[in-house]
Amino acid sequence: MAEREQIKKPAPSEQESAPGETEAASERGEELKAEMDDLLDEIDEVLETNAEEFVKSYIQKGGQ
Amino acid sequence: MAVPKIVGIETEYAIVHRGVEESNPITASSFLINAYLSEVYKEGLPGPARNVSWDFEDEMPGNDARGFAPMGSMAPVVETHLVNAVLTNGARYYVDHAHPELSTPECADARSVVAFDRAGELIAIQSMEAAKKLLPPGEEIVVYKNNSDGKGNSYGTHENYLMDRETPFGHIVQHATAHFVTRQIFIGAGKVGSEVPGLGFDDVPFQLTQRADFFEEEVGLETTLKRPIINTRDEPHADAQRYRRLHVIAGDANMSEIATFLKVGTTTMILAMVEDAFCDRDFIFKTPVATMRNVSYDLSLKAPIRMADDSSITALEIQFEYLRMAQKYAAERDMAPLGGAGAVAEILERWEMVLAGLEVDPMQLADQLDWVAKKKLLDRYRDRDAMEWDDARLRLIDLQYADMRPHKSVFARVGMQTLVTHEEVERAVFEPPEETRAYFRGKCLQQFATDIVAANWDSLVFDVGDEPLRRVPMMEPGRGTRAHVGSLLEDCDSALELLRRLDGNR
Repeated sequence: MAEREQIKKPAPSEQESAPGETEAASERGEELKAEMDDLLDEIDEVLETNAEEFVKSYIQKGGQ
Repeated sequence: MAVPKIVGIETEYAIVHRGVEESNPITASSFLINAYLSEVYKEGLPGPARNVSWDFEDEMPGNDARGFAPMGSMAPVVETHLVNAVLTNGARYYVDHAHPELSTPECADARSVVAFDRAGELIAIQSMEAAKKLLPPGEEIVVYKNNSDGKGNSYGTHENYLMDRETPFGHIVQHATAHFVTRQIFIGAGKVGSEVPGLGFDDVPFQLTQRADFFEEEVGLETTLKRPIINTRDEPHADAQRYRRLHVIAGDANMSEIATFLKVGTTTMILAMVEDAFCDRDFIFKTPVATMRNVSYDLSLKAPIRMADDSSITALEIQFEYLRMAQKYAAERDMAPLGGAGAVAEILERWEMVLAGLEVDPMQLADQLDWVAKKKLLDRYRDRDAMEWDDARLRLIDLQYADMRPHKSVFARVGMQTLVTHEEVERAVFEPPEETRAYFRGKCLQQFATDIVAANWDSLVFDVGDEPLRRVPMMEPGRGTRAHVGSLLEDCDSALELLRRLDGNR
C-alpha cells in the first residue's frame, strides 16, 4: 500500500495580504472581537456573582 | 497483531454541596448517585443498578506491573461500603475518595468512548436535577468535570487500555511517557496559575493542563500522591495470562469531544504500535517530570526539550513524529484492533489537522481544544475588563468552564465542535456498547436485574432461587458482544434459562 503523505495546510495568517485586504482583515478582526464580546456578555450573565468568595471556598478532597 | 484496543475512561467529578454550612463530599456524592438511581430507575422499568452490588472479590489495586511494590509505596485503598452501582449501559457509578466517579463501559474504539463519556456527563446532569428535587430549598449539589481545585488538591480522569501481556513493560514506559508528556498540547483543559510552591501568576499565568503540576515521579504505583507519569497498577480485570490493562492517570478531563477523541485515539494507536514493535524511534527525556511541567507551561508549544542524549526537540515535533509513524502503521498493517480502517482514518485526519493548526496558530483551534477555548476567552476578558492574571474572576471562569449545570456551564457557550450526535449520547445512557463484554453486562442488567446480586468488570453473579449463586466469568473483554450473545439474550426469558443455555454451550 502507498504511504500517505503528510500534508500541512497553510493557515490564513501565513499568507501575505495586499493593502485592500488589510482593511478587510481589520474589519473582520473587529467583527470577531464583537462576536467575542457578545459571548462575554452571555457568560457574564451566568457567572457566579462573588468571584473571590467562590474561588476561595472551592475546595476538593484529593482523589486519584 | 496488537490485541483489540478496548478502552474506557473513569472520571472523578468535583462536588460542591451549596447552601449548607459544612459540606461533606462523601455523603453528598452518595446522595447524588442514589438520587439518580431512584429517579431514573423506577419500579417496573428495566434497570440495574440499585440491587446490584459491586463485587470486590477480584480487586487488587496493590498489584504492581513491575512485579514488586517498592518500600513505602502506598497502594490505593478500595472503599467497599459506599454506594456503588452498575448501570444498564455497562458503566459503573460510585463514590471514590470523596468524589462521585463514573467509569464508562468498555468501548471498542475512540469514537465510542466519546459517546459514553458524554453519556456520563448526561448522567451527572440528571443526577444533579434528581438531587435538587430531594434537597431542601436553597440547597444544591453541583459537580464539575475538572481535575484541580486551585488549592493543591487534584482528582483524576483516567484512561484504561487493553494490552497484550507479552509486551515488555519497559517498551510501554518509553513511548507512553513521550506521548503523555507531549499530548498535553492538545488534551490540556487549561488552568490559570500553578500550584507548585514558589510559582506565582507572574511565573505561570496560564498553563495547558490541569494535572501537570501534580506529577512527581516517572513510574510508580501511587495514584493519590507522588503521582507517576506511568502508573504501574496491574489489575487487568481480565484473563491475566493474556492481558494487561494500562491504567493511565496522566490526562485531563475534557469537555471538548474532539479533545477526548484525540486523547484516546492517539493513545490507542501508539500503544498498538508498541505492541507490534513498530515505532522506528523513541524519545527519552533527560528529566521527564520537569519536562511534563515545562510542556504544560509553554504556550508556544515550541520550547526545545532536552533529551537524554543531549539532543533537542519540541513537544509538537514529537507528536508529528508519532503521527508519521501511525500513518505508516495504518498503511501497512491491519487496523482491526483499532476499530478498523475507517475509524483509524478519522483519528489520523483529526490528529494531523490539530497538529497543523497548533503549529501555525493554536488560537484557531478554539472550537476544538479546551485549553485554547479557555485561553481565548480569558484573554478577551483580561482585555475588556483590564484584569491581571491574579484576578479571581479569571479563576472563576476557569472553574465554571467545567460546571456541569447546563444553565451555568461556560463550556456550553463557547461554540465547541462536536463529534457525536445527541441521539447517540442519549442512547449511550441506557444502552451498552455492542462490541465488547459490556454488552453482555448491560443487557443482563436490563433483562434480569432482579436475579443479579453482584457485578464486576469480569463477572456477573446470579441468584436464581434454589440454586447456589452462579458466577458467570467474563474474562475476555472482546467476548459477550452483540454478535456473540445478542440472539441468545433475546431468546432467554429468564436468568435461569440463560444460565442453562450457557451451561449447555460449554
